[in-house]
Amino acid sequence: MTTSTSHLQSHPGLNLGAAHGQAHADAEPVVFGFWIFLMSDLVTFAMFFAVYATSLQATAGGPGNADIVDVTSIALQTGALLVSSLLFGIATVAMKHGSAARTVIFWLIASLAFGLCFLGLEVRDFIDAADKGAVPMRSGYLSAFWALVGLHGLHVAVGSVMILVVCTQIAFFGLASDVKTRVLRLGLYWHFLDIIWIGIFSVVFLPGLLT
Amino acid sequence: MEHFIFGRLGWDDIAIFDVFRDPTVSNIVGSSAGWLAVIGGVVVAALLLIKGWWRPLLFEWLNTTDHKKIGIMYIVVGLVMFARGVAEGVVMRTQYVTAFEGGYLTADHFSELFSTHGTIMIFFALMPFLIGFMNLLVPLMIGARDVAFPRLNQISLGFTIVGAMLLMVSLVIGKFATGGWTGYPPYTGVAFQPGTGPDYWIWSLGLSGIGSLLTGLNFAVTIYKMRCPGMTYLRMPIFVWTALCTSILLIFALPPLTAVVIMQALDRYLDFHFFTNDLGGNMMNFANLFWMFGHPEVYILILPAFGLYSEFTAIFAGKRIYGYTSLVIATMAIAVLSFTVWLHHFFTMGQSPTINVAFGIATMLIAIPTGVKVYVWIATLWGGRIRMRTPIIYLAGFILFFAVGGYTGILLANPTINFTVHNSQFVVAHFHNVLLPGTLFAVLASIYVWFPKFFGFRLDERWSATTAWLFIIGFTFAFMPLYMVGLMGLPRRSPAFDDPSYIPYMIVTMGGALCVFAALCTLIGTFVVSAKRREELAVPGGDPWDGRTLEWATPSPVPEWNFAFLPEVKCQDAFAVEKAQGSAYKIEREDFEDIELAPKSWIGLTIIVFGTLLGFAMVFWIWWLAVLSALALLAHAIGLGFVRDEGEIIPADVVERTERDWIAAARQGQGTDRTDEVSARNRGFSARITEA
Repeated sequence: MTTSTSHLQSHPGLNLGAAHGQAHADAEPVVFGFWIFLMSDLVTFAMFFAVYATSLQATAGGPGNADIVDVTSIALQTGALLVSSLLFGIATVAMKHGSAARTVIFWLIASLAFGLCFLGLEVRDFIDAADKGAVPMRSGYLSAFWALVGLHGLHVAVGSVMILVVCTQIAFFGLASDVKTRVLRLGLYWHFLDIIWIGIFSVVFLPGLLT
Repeated sequence: MEHFIFGRLGWDDIAIFDVFRDPTVSNIVGSSAGWLAVIGGVVVAALLLIKGWWRPLLFEWLNTTDHKKIGIMYIVVGLVMFARGVAEGVVMRTQYVTAFEGGYLTADHFSELFSTHGTIMIFFALMPFLIGFMNLLVPLMIGARDVAFPRLNQISLGFTIVGAMLLMVSLVIGKFATGGWTGYPPYTGVAFQPGTGPDYWIWSLGLSGIGSLLTGLNFAVTIYKMRCPGMTYLRMPIFVWTALCTSILLIFALPPLTAVVIMQALDRYLDFHFFTNDLGGNMMNFANLFWMFGHPEVYILILPAFGLYSEFTAIFAGKRIYGYTSLVIATMAIAVLSFTVWLHHFFTMGQSPTINVAFGIATMLIAIPTGVKVYVWIATLWGGRIRMRTPIIYLAGFILFFAVGGYTGILLANPTINFTVHNSQFVVAHFHNVLLPGTLFAVLASIYVWFPKFFGFRLDERWSATTAWLFIIGFTFAFMPLYMVGLMGLPRRSPAFDDPSYIPYMIVTMGGALCVFAALCTLIGTFVVSAKRREELAVPGGDPWDGRTLEWATPSPVPEWNFAFLPEVKCQDAFAVEKAQGSAYKIEREDFEDIELAPKSWIGLTIIVFGTLLGFAMVFWIWWLAVLSALALLAHAIGLGFVRDEGEIIPADVVERTERDWIAAARQGQGTDRTDEVSARNRGFSARITEA
């Protein structure tokens, strides 16, 4: 995949090789395309947020927000996700500064570990909610709640699988430039999920904590 | 055990046997359609095997990542589905003739017909047509070798075909939804339609929607990042601008569809309560989300068509497009405004008058940029040396009827009027009035214009012109009377009526529908006749109409690598200017290089096979098959990351030979005068080469 180089702007991400080298030119459309995907995904989340916001009163006499939010767990989840993102950032910086493949894999696996902590806590919360009768089949509100939080959880799960895949690719191919752009894109995705989580935290959990 | 293997699929679901179980007229019609699909499939399969065509199909088409072949496949899929859509239209019009106190189809069968008709025409005929043209033209027009992500392009096509396949399967096994193409719950919820119908709707739209989203992404990146040197934004052909706007619309408008389809699936499969009547469900969320997608979708269908009109109007008027910049601004304005009007699809569903007025005004605003466009086309024709070829016939029909469609749109945009005519045949007349002349005519005209570019020979002029007239006349009689019966009070989607005064109108519309059907037949005839005369109609020079943009500066058919050297442009309509200055058809460089093309890929076929199986399995609750298909798709997707194919290398000497042969032929070739362009003397060499 070659692009003409006369009108290249620098792509919105980390430089992965010599600035304006071939790796840079190749990364240009790929990284830009991934940003577009993230924008689109953001709109999908926006729709789930909108439905959630319109369903706040639709509890049909069932459990509401305050009944299912566990403050400690949410705080731990937030912490785990943010630390995971930080570790991913370290992995990317290590890659940029020419660390060994093993080092990059180490940081990625560390990031994955915290991601899995997040998922584990979230699943536990879901199970707790279900025990309290707050299953999504109970009401429109709970449907919207499970779908929004679950959609984010699903994204994290997919990202976790992708971290494993990318680590395997690093092990197979070393830090070749196409593998590097994959790490870069996965990083964008991983940080993007933080932003979504902050949205969920503010819209879904914070009101529950205040009441 | 049987339930485990077959899910809820039983013998009763095989719709083609309905006719033997209960031979009513309705069942005969339904089963015949199913049998037609089965026999058609068998005949195609037999031809592939006997003629040995499966080999090229498999190894030259289905695994290709060439944007031109992918574009052609999109259009072929569109034509097949379009044929079914037209047939359904004819059946529905026949129903209306007999619909006074009855009709020969059952109400359910009729509902299924308008549901599949709408779904097919929008998602599997018009969209593939336009995305097909985007594939064919955008890389060539911006001077690129391919789209940004060739393999992703194949994936998009795969998902589109999956949706189309599910619709065809629904003709034979099970039933499609009866809730219209918009599939409003709660009617499409489990409580009212527990069967397979809405599930077919969910999976065909959901899976093909993934493909459309990826197409939007792919073309946005292509247009932003792959333009050849000198191709600044304001030198891009208008079609590329419209393709860019469509891509942006796809990127932002498909997510609401994805969201709404996921929620509807959760409601139906897992008993969630997004849109149900009870336990806090709210179907207004569905209406809003669906039309947040649905209204931009209308512009996804119309903007590229506007682009096509702009391109060939300039060609057949022999003149630069008038008001290029205003056309660009108008296109962008429509793209932005299209996100602000969704609510006009449900003015009557209970919002406050203030909200209705706001959306009504936003809707009317769209008429301004659209009006600009119509004037631009008229002004382009003005003072041009117009050649009355088939595309101009379509264009004339378009300008006339699209204006009418626009006016009725403004009427509908007024909430007070909308309250009176909503849900009536008036609405049916309106949207057919914009989508047929607007999109369909553009596509048919463009098939005529660009067919020679990609197949190397022109289409027969007489057959093409006949088709155009039949479509225009058929359209007029099939849809104009619906304005009248709509104002007289006939609701849309109603299988019967009890006012005899509708009958004469219905007879006229059926005549129109038959005329459209005749046009479909002559369209197929055009391809057959032209293919037989292809020696005579051959245009190896690649420029049969005195084209203006870069795609005409290549031989016909276009070589797989498009351009020997990436072009450098200095102005709009670069090729027309080069021809005028006598600098076209020259080799100015000697440094021919090997060209690397994207590697072939099987991911598209994997998606077609396992995507269809996944959709089918989900519709019939065959969970093991669904899981296996999903795993197969996932495994292939992950596996792709580990395969590092070298692309196909075209050696420099092949590139050089092709280029030199073509240039030599062009310089010796007998240029034809444009007035002579439908004669056998037109070999695709512009007269201006010899003049210069």
